[in-house]
Amino acid sequence: MSPATARRKRTGRARDALLGAVGVLVAFAVCEALSRSGMVRRAFLPPASEVLVRAVELGGDTAFLNGVAATLETWATGLALACALAIPLGLLLGSVPAAGQAARVLIEFLRPVPSVALIPLVSLLLGAGSETTIALVTYASIWPVLFNTVYGLGETDPLAKDTLRAFGFGRLAVLLRAGLPSAAPFIAAGVRIAAATALILAVASEILAGFGEGLGTFIAQAGMVTDGTRDVLAGVVWAGALGLVVNLALTAVERRLFPWAPEHRGSRI
Amino acid sequence: MTARATLHTVRRLPRTLALRLGVPVVALVLWQLAARAHGSVFFPTPARIVEHGYHLWFSGPAGRAFLTDAAVRDLLPSLGRVLAGFALAAVLGIVLGLALGRSRTVYALCDPVLQFARAVPPPALVPVFVVVFDLGTPMQLASIVFGAIWPVLINTAEGVRGIDPLRLDVAATVRMRPVERIVLLYLPAALPRIFAGLRLSLSLSLILMVFSELLPGTADGIGFQLTDAQTRSDLLTVWAVMVLLGALGHLLNSVLLTVERMALGRHPAAHRS
Repeated sequence: MSPATARRKRTGRARDALLGAVGVLVAFAVCEALSRSGMVRRAFLPPASEVLVRAVELGGDTAFLNGVAATLETWATGLALACALAIPLGLLLGSVPAAGQAARVLIEFLRPVPSVALIPLVSLLLGAGSETTIALVTYASIWPVLFNTVYGLGETDPLAKDTLRAFGFGRLAVLLRAGLPSAAPFIAAGVRIAAATALILAVASEILAGFGEGLGTFIAQAGMVTDGTRDVLAGVVWAGALGLVVNLALTAVERRLFPWAPEHRGSRI
Repeated sequence: MTARATLHTVRRLPRTLALRLGVPVVALVLWQLAARAHGSVFFPTPARIVEHGYHLWFSGPAGRAFLTDAAVRDLLPSLGRVLAGFALAAVLGIVLGLALGRSRTVYALCDPVLQFARAVPPPALVPVFVVVFDLGTPMQLASIVFGAIWPVLINTAEGVRGIDPLRLDVAATVRMRPVERIVLLYLPAALPRIFAGLRLSLSLSLILMVFSELLPGTADGIGFQLTDAQTRSDLLTVWAVMVLLGALGHLLNSVLLTVERMALGRHPAAHRS
């Protein structure tokens, strides 16, 4: 890249960032105006500034922060469990064609079950508690990781595999030395998608359970109070910020580890 | 495909079929045997689950396509909601995505807000919709649309943005009208991305449909039946609902994939996510 293009790219990015900030301000102002002017009832949409102040206030509330920590803990445990199950399974299914074909039908019927629908069943089996949420989070996050692992293995350069085989490496060695490195960026992308799904599930099951501690519990309880919308929205701001931070962090890790991955040349889903 | 490759595929066909059909059958038999041996109330046998589901929903009069009262009361509203919500999210997402993706400035303006909106776990907003719309179909539709719109919207916008600048120059040279540009240029270029977004949105729509029906105060729908069965500890119904939802999800997804294959004229790339 010539210095001139690099500079143009930099100023372009600065301009985009500036426009983005303007966009945020405009959105904020519109919400504020809608509420203050009385076009939308205050109980439905409290002024954005009040929501923001409340969200900041919550940041100093120990009980609330404990709830957020509990949600994050469930989320991280479920996601880690899902990775521990899905990556080895994906490596197996992706490297043994017969196993892959055999499992495909089962997976195609298991995956479409909306994970939220499992909440009643799992609560009956495990009772209401963090085990239930962790089990649900794990179930929901297994699929993206599993699929991306299998898919990533399919993208392995055949030449690399043949070369390793020609040198007399065994199946497992070929898998670990050629398959895994080439699948790694896809696995990482799968983990990122799973992280978003896991947060959805963690919050959803907390909302439905309605007790215990957690971000979802806070939102659910605030929703039952009259004029609780401000608190609900403040909770939503926290939930969105958490999702955003997690996503940004995972994307940054991905970029650092796998700068060559096609995922970063545009796509964000 | 060369003749040899075809021959190879044909030779492998019995094996493929055996694997694809045999495995589910074996899995079902194993499940049946294990559940029967264990005899737990929590894990009924698949045969009983299917039988129960059949009695519950599909043993009605022939004039109503064999649907029972319970099916008319619970399945049809849910199906309607998920289809309507998904369709609304898809149309709105594509239209807004086209509008956003065409201008670099507009896209930059909206990007942070969109990123934030997408990062919010959709169920977190459902309590807000409960306050605004009360319980009922409007609230459920709003939840589905608001949760499922982002993947389509963002994917459409990015697909439009990724269009080859040369083609835009050509369009400018031949003085294409805006509508022609959208139909001939932007939509075809963004279509693969749009479908990737639609697949994500479809599974989100199902999740949100069930979630919004699980909330206390709902009067009908699959989710209502699920909570109802849960409070009565009627595990057979809970399992039957689960099987039904899996089948429904699979069916809807297959329809979408068929549409995608027809629209793109090729096998869809990877089904990631």
